[in-house]
Amino acid sequence: MELDLRGSKAYADRAFRWSAAAAAGLVLVVLGLIAITITGRSTPVFRQMGLQFFTTTRWSPADALFGALPFVWGTAFTALIALAIAVPISLGMALFMTQVAPPGIKRPMVYLMDLLAGVPSVVFGLWGVLVLSQLVGLGRSFMTAGIILAVMIIPIITSLSREVIETTPPGDKEGALALGCTRWEMIRAAVIPHSAGGLVGAIMLGLGRAMGETIAAALVIGSALGQITIRPFAPGNSMPAVIANEWGEADALHKSALIALAVTLFIITVVVNLIASTIVQRSMKKAQGL
Amino acid sequence: MQLEDRMEESRARPPRGLPQVKPMEAGPPVVSSRPESQVVFDLENVEVFYGTFRAVSRVNMKIFRNEITAFIGPSGCGKTTVLRSFNRMHDVTPGARVAGGLRYRGAEIYGPNVSATEVRRRIGMVFQKPNPFPKSIYDNVAFGPRMSGTNSKADLDVIVEKALRGAALWDEVKDRLKASALGMSGGQQQRLCIARTIAVGPEVVLMDEPCSALDPIATARIEELMRELKSRFTIVIVTHNMQQAARCSDRTAFFTTELDSKSDRRTGTLVEYDVTTKIFSNPGDERTENYITGRFG
Amino acid sequence: MQLAQQEQAAAPPDLRAKQSWRSVKSLIMTGLMIASVAAVALPLVAVVSAVLRRGLAVVAHDFPDFFIKEIPNIARRPGGGMGPAILGTLMVTGAATLIAVPLGVLGAVYLHEYGIKNHFSRLVRFMSTVMSGVPSIVMGLFIYIVWTLHFGYSAFGGSLALACLMLPVVIGSTEQMLKLVPHHLREASYALGSSKSRTILTVVLPAALPGIVSGSLLAVARAAGETAPLLFAVGAANEYNPHLFEEANTALSVQIFGNATSSFVAAQDRAWGAALTLVLVTFLVTLAARVFTARIARKR
Repeated sequence: MELDLRGSKAYADRAFRWSAAAAAGLVLVVLGLIAITITGRSTPVFRQMGLQFFTTTRWSPADALFGALPFVWGTAFTALIALAIAVPISLGMALFMTQVAPPGIKRPMVYLMDLLAGVPSVVFGLWGVLVLSQLVGLGRSFMTAGIILAVMIIPIITSLSREVIETTPPGDKEGALALGCTRWEMIRAAVIPHSAGGLVGAIMLGLGRAMGETIAAALVIGSALGQITIRPFAPGNSMPAVIANEWGEADALHKSALIALAVTLFIITVVVNLIASTIVQRSMKKAQGL
Repeated sequence: MQLEDRMEESRARPPRGLPQVKPMEAGPPVVSSRPESQVVFDLENVEVFYGTFRAVSRVNMKIFRNEITAFIGPSGCGKTTVLRSFNRMHDVTPGARVAGGLRYRGAEIYGPNVSATEVRRRIGMVFQKPNPFPKSIYDNVAFGPRMSGTNSKADLDVIVEKALRGAALWDEVKDRLKASALGMSGGQQQRLCIARTIAVGPEVVLMDEPCSALDPIATARIEELMRELKSRFTIVIVTHNMQQAARCSDRTAFFTTELDSKSDRRTGTLVEYDVTTKIFSNPGDERTENYITGRFG
Repeated sequence: MQLAQQEQAAAPPDLRAKQSWRSVKSLIMTGLMIASVAAVALPLVAVVSAVLRRGLAVVAHDFPDFFIKEIPNIARRPGGGMGPAILGTLMVTGAATLIAVPLGVLGAVYLHEYGIKNHFSRLVRFMSTVMSGVPSIVMGLFIYIVWTLHFGYSAFGGSLALACLMLPVVIGSTEQMLKLVPHHLREASYALGSSKSRTILTVVLPAALPGIVSGSLLAVARAAGETAPLLFAVGAANEYNPHLFEEANTALSVQIFGNATSSFVAAQDRAWGAALTLVLVTFLVTLAARVFTARIARKR
């Protein structure tokens, strides 16, 4: 009789492996479904408007006229304002935590950031619309939305920047100090050149997050229609905001236009996030391989 | 009786196994002590603490101008710790504290209102692992002078060439000053770091095991360089290679670790400090002799 | 720059800091860094204090009924509570966790234990990163198309949407934890004749458990605060609806969103109360996650 080393558990073992693989594969299935379904549902508006959907500036559901440009602009503009505010603060915070703060102060700072990251976006939106926008001069505008988004993306940019900065080889920093550099000169000579790439990636991830953030923006951006303006204190609109705000009362064609906006948003944020994570990963790998 | 006579004899003879010491090739004869005006560092009961742990206990020594002083000893004996206290590198380590009197030409290095940056302009340091900036060769050497305010290209060119010549690197790189420093070999990078350090115009160059990451040929070039630099700078070098100390230095300080009765941990301590030829041919302390003959360490 | 050498024969050198632009610049930069810390602390303090102040005013006024009472259908009417919304949040998030965590852990097990270097795994990891960047509103629309259109509004639809958001996070953090399990534990199990699946279930997962729990709790905390997906899947009912699969439901986040834009103070008050509740829930869950992280640290 042959020695059967397979054992009766072989089936169970293989079944487990396959179910685990299926669970992993779910990511691909869901992502694929998302792409297919939302693209599919957006076709009516493209049949109506063609590619002019992306170039028209008027958005008038009553006239079946749908131009995405103001919302794409609004998303970009708010994200830019958010970055302009968040990046210097995040970098300053990251440099403080890694280069200046004594160990006893660093830990509370980490908790501070975690706390900030933990506040749900809708609560930020609530505060934004009932408190911040009541402040003189702000109202519901690009600026208010930009401020709220900035507050929301600071934790992520800071924590990633910290990770990148901490990979600076201590030998480089010591070398700069030994030459008589002040602290800031040392940071400029040893820390920043080393971290620059990774920091760009961290900033881009913040950008991706700012563009995709829906609820806070929807509450405070002002839901204006149509104009493309560079006045930051004007009420504005963005892709996620208009989708959230207009969905409830939209008819079928209108809905498909909103879904088309979602497709646009999807593609833009995915591209930005991908570029960003590639940059960050490559910079971390470079730091470890050195 | 015969046995005791033989033991007497062997004690009088120098112990076997000591490395051959070549006499110094240039420079004034090294005497045991020199006048006060020639003292660069004066250490009086210097101790270094990490938190409450005493890493180095009670060092008393004087380091003299235009000499090469070597710190040798087993690992953990505090030689690097003492070296780094000369240019206040311990400032960057939280919890590190230097106690006692550490004077650089009469001025207390750890005195009130002393700026570490000012100290480091006068006392430079070369590290174990070469750490050039990711810039061009020229920009690496010009970094220090630019920082001090020299901006004219003409001036910088002069300083860079002088520093690279001083580091015996000029001929190798003069045609590619704009090339990245990271493309050079380890030995060249280390000489670049030396050039970068001397371009700042210090009086002292500290070297923390500068050759331990280099191959023997590169090491020999650096040792040769040290002898040339001696005429312009005071050099203090930490080395775990005692043959190197025997070859290159004028004076040698031997450190070792001692069991601290209070904390039950090992503390670094200075055992013997003297002219190199004496240390290696007729050391006064038994611990020095044991280290040098390889009985431990 | 032969400064030091010029000083040679002279008196002891002056080592005090020179008044120079360099040291001033360094000081300014350090000041800016500290200012950025303040810039972070400021909005955090502002938001948290506003939520505490205004939320407590509402909740404490009617404590603990706020957590039980119904939501008034007429926005203008003062009083009432967020009972249905609390129930809704718990149901939707709970069901989402039950879907996302087992699937995510299982997926991470495949990625790390079975196919760590093969193309499929690399693709899944890559797509997982992509998926975590999908805006929540897109996820909401997706669920609207595949679920709500066919089955109508329900809490379960919301759970599906939240599960999709949680999945990449759970996979990522679980894989991190699995990496930390020392290989010799697995080898010991194999050497005793245990199969791979059994080793994973009885040795690897228990070893990684605190970290997995911690990572999952953080995903839960994030999901509890999501609004956009729920708008498209759950609807905006105001009544109690303890049924997971039937009829529109509500959640704290949805209520906050709806009431924030109301012009009636009563509705705004309820929004603050709901915000306080939501923040407390999120905070407690995050705290629980920290406890588990501390447990891992202690075990080392």
